Amino acid sequence: MRKTWDIHGGIHPAENKQQSLTGSLQAVPLPKTLVLPLSQHIGGPATPVVSIGDKVLKGQLIAAAKGFVSAPVHASSSGVISAIEERAVPHVSGMQAPCIVIETDGDDHWIEHSGTADYRKKTASELAAIIRDKGITGLGGAGFPTAVKLQPQQTIDTLLINATECEPYITADDQLMRQRSADILVGIDILAHILGDPERVLIGIEDNKPEAQEALANALANKPVTEHAPPIEVVEFPTKYPSGGEKQLIQILTGEEVPSGKLPADLGIVCQNIGTTHAIYRAVCHGEPLVSRVTTVTGKACSKPGNFEVLIGTPVAHLLEQAGFDEALCPQLIMGGPMMGFALPSTAVPIVKATNCLLATTAQESPAPPPAQACIRCGHCAEVCPANLLPQQLYWHAQSKNYERLEAHHLGDCIECGACSYVCPSSIPLVQYYRAAKGEIRLINEEKQQSDRARIRFERHQARIEQEEKDKAAKREARKLAAEAAKAKREADPKTGATDTTSVNTEKSTADLDIVQAAMARVAANKASPQDQRKRFERAIETTAARLAKAEKDLEALTKDDSAELNKEQLAQLDQHRASVEQARLRHQEAKNKLAALDAEQSSEQKTQPESPTDNAGEPTLDRAATAIARAQKNAAQLALMTPEQKLQKQRDSLEKRLSKAQTRLAQAESEGNEQLEAFAKAVSTLNEKIKATDRELATLTQATQPANKPAQQSEETR
Amino acid sequence: MALARKSSPHTHGPRSTQWLMQQVLIATVPGLIVLTSFFGIGTLLNILIASVTAIGCEAAVLKLRKRPLGFYLSDYSALVTAVLLGIALPPLVPWWLTVTGTAFAIIIAKHLYGGMGYNPFNPAMIGYVVLLISFPLQMSAWLAPGGLLVDGTPAMGPDFMSSLKIVFLGNPIDGFTAATPLDAFKHNSGLLVSQFYEQTPQFSQGQWAGFGWEWVNIAFLFGGVYLLARKVFTWHGPVGMLAGLSVMALFNYDGGSSTSNGSILFHLLSGATMFGAFFIVTDPVTSATSNRGRLIYGAMIGIIMFLIRSWGNYPEALAFAVLLMNFAAPFIDYYTPPRTYGHSKSGTIIHRSKED
Repeated sequence: MRKTWDIHGGIHPAENKQQSLTGSLQAVPLPKTLVLPLSQHIGGPATPVVSIGDKVLKGQLIAAAKGFVSAPVHASSSGVISAIEERAVPHVSGMQAPCIVIETDGDDHWIEHSGTADYRKKTASELAAIIRDKGITGLGGAGFPTAVKLQPQQTIDTLLINATECEPYITADDQLMRQRSADILVGIDILAHILGDPERVLIGIEDNKPEAQEALANALANKPVTEHAPPIEVVEFPTKYPSGGEKQLIQILTGEEVPSGKLPADLGIVCQNIGTTHAIYRAVCHGEPLVSRVTTVTGKACSKPGNFEVLIGTPVAHLLEQAGFDEALCPQLIMGGPMMGFALPSTAVPIVKATNCLLATTAQESPAPPPAQACIRCGHCAEVCPANLLPQQLYWHAQSKNYERLEAHHLGDCIECGACSYVCPSSIPLVQYYRAAKGEIRLINEEKQQSDRARIRFERHQARIEQEEKDKAAKREARKLAAEAAKAKREADPKTGATDTTSVNTEKSTADLDIVQAAMARVAANKASPQDQRKRFERAIETTAARLAKAEKDLEALTKDDSAELNKEQLAQLDQHRASVEQARLRHQEAKNKLAALDAEQSSEQKTQPESPTDNAGEPTLDRAATAIARAQKNAAQLALMTPEQKLQKQRDSLEKRLSKAQTRLAQAESEGNEQLEAFAKAVSTLNEKIKATDRELATLTQATQPANKPAQQSEETR
Repeated sequence: MALARKSSPHTHGPRSTQWLMQQVLIATVPGLIVLTSFFGIGTLLNILIASVTAIGCEAAVLKLRKRPLGFYLSDYSALVTAVLLGIALPPLVPWWLTVTGTAFAIIIAKHLYGGMGYNPFNPAMIGYVVLLISFPLQMSAWLAPGGLLVDGTPAMGPDFMSSLKIVFLGNPIDGFTAATPLDAFKHNSGLLVSQFYEQTPQFSQGQWAGFGWEWVNIAFLFGGVYLLARKVFTWHGPVGMLAGLSVMALFNYDGGSSTSNGSILFHLLSGATMFGAFFIVTDPVTSATSNRGRLIYGAMIGIIMFLIRSWGNYPEALAFAVLLMNFAAPFIDYYTPPRTYGHSKSGTIIHRSKED
């Protein structure tokens, strides 16, 4: 006999299995309505593929699987879809969920279907697809889609079939084994084939099911020998709750523990419920989807307890009726076993794929627990915990909502088997505390993940903005350097510097004097000959035209370049460029005018003084030069005399001029629907702001310097 | 139809806290019988006074705390405290001593900490230590075990009436007392253990570890084995304590010289060893929680008991050792979580602080 291992803890509650094992598997009359929840499994709910009023046949797909971890739903009998709506479903919370409701027609007419007995000729993925398409989920209670477990990345060396059925009262698997062992063995062989014929195929069964063991042994003896097929071994071990937990069964049969957070497949193990293997046999060999299952109906509130082959979607009330249920005797109805089952809100809910038992106990049979007393830390809970946790510590921390400590005490490894609550002498509902705490922790973790995502998003956003700022600063620096280089060049070559219009705003005061001297020098030079003058004007026209073109190009480039994002500084730059363009245009115009004037003068001179065209040709220019010199001198003198206020005033005046210009441009742009409208508007507002700033400066300056300035002005006047 | 909605599991085991407490009370019976047969009705009187006081105090405090009286009184926990304290006190101590100790145990050591299940210290041991420190004279006067031959005449305990008078009227007890074996052994100076045993009646008339006391210990051991058999507690605490004590005795016996600290058997069957191991160390509320933790907790109590017995000022040390380890129990718990299924090692919890 194969060696088995013991699990930590465990309890021996009264088995109460004999009541439902008196007869054989019973059929259930067809119910009038079938209610098929879209989510009878772990994973994504199925999507309906039928609509209200559709006629469906038994076994017809009515809701398709959605996503990898999901399972389709099939019509359990023929009839008409009467509703697709929210109905009460069997769930711990007593919630409602989307269901497809079928009004049966009484024919129970199957859709055309066929299977193959020659499944060993099919590939693993083909068979897995059949299992998936036939809507097969784990029938042991959890309802995990079976096909998902059958395509592991890992190599599987052990296939465990869970025939433990360790919960008290439940005998569905026991009955199935007694009556359909041969079919079950075929189902197991299909699983073995899908998993690449693992070395070991073990059926784990408790020693309280001798009849089922015998049936399996007989079937094994009569089983035709298949090539490649691994031998199937029935392994008996002592009855103890909760040996049937997947992790516990793995420990019992292999001595190995599934590492926390890992899957059995990581150990090369796949575990399937024995009822599921029967469903697999039906699906593969007969092409029948999962439309019925074996459910135990028991408890003293049922006069005829037994095992029933019931259609999925059958209302609980209908099934209970077959078992002679007396609702007056039954204070609470449980779906599943007494240890891990949950109380149903009503008998209106349907039987689902995972419903292995309906337990209708009387008040005497399962009395209401006495009020909970204080925990005396007796440690019985720790002795029976199959996960080897410290339940009373978990209880303590769950009460104080100390989630950190709960996680440190491995709350997540609790399988909620209820052994701790069962033995607690103070009858504390420990599992309830753990469930609540697990829910809280899940919520906290979700919130944490959300806030983490938000934080990362924010940090990246900040980094992006910083990078942009840096880039802009670098650009600005480059531009500044270029400007400085240009200035240096200009200083080295004063001639070109004099007509440089791009740097109007820099170093005004020194430039003023320079202009005067340059003008004087120019006049002195111009005295020489009008031809030279003309040439100069022409040259000036050329250069100003070139400059204008360049400035316009710059402006265009700038507006195009950054039209999307313009900050204040860039706007200022834009303004400057526009001012340059304007100035360049003015100079160009001026130069043209001058040339025209010169031409006119020359022609008039030629007219009035034809005799001496050459002698007096320079006269008017000389005069003009003299007046220009005088004007420039006056300007310079004025500028020198100007108080800061006046300077500011002047600055303000020029700004106002620019503003009016900008406004007209804006108006023009508005009327034309120019795409640069925004930029213009912004320019206007910046200029406005600048004027305001100047005004403020002016105001403060006037206030501060009024008394001090008066005598100074006086002294200057008297001088 | 209204169906009840309860969380699983929907069935419950047969055990209750009341049942556990009853088992403890039952298990004290053999020890009580032996105690009474050697020391008279003094212990029973102690228990009677303590029980009345305990239930009175419990009821009063519950009333003050506005808790349902019947529900809490029926858990027998106050009675257990009273019985354990009554056994620990010397027979025929004045009634007010018992009342003071019990009241302190119930009101201060139990209810001020939150009542049943919340007390960090063993209430009976708190009561005992309070009395030992406050009234050392009364607390160190133990009767001579009945039948012990002192200078040729068998010691006779006081009869029923004089016992009552001693307890309730304060009549002197002096004529009836004798040193306990532990006390006597502590005052051995200059004699080899074998010589000392021969010369001291407590030992010369005893089988292994002192006349009377050895049987008291064996009786409590018997009661403890009963509790173990009923699975009221696991073996870890008691075995840890007895092992700790034995190992210390083994290393300090030195073959019985004049400075010897007593043999293993002497320590195991003297004073409150067995009573402590099975009735005090096993108090679940104040001990460590995991099996490994309880082993350490018990062993440390045994070691501390030996240290105080051998080199301390008190002949018996159970109460001090237990209270000291009550202090340490949460600390032990911190470092001795069991290895959870699917986890490679037990991993001390304290280092598993949350990440980030």
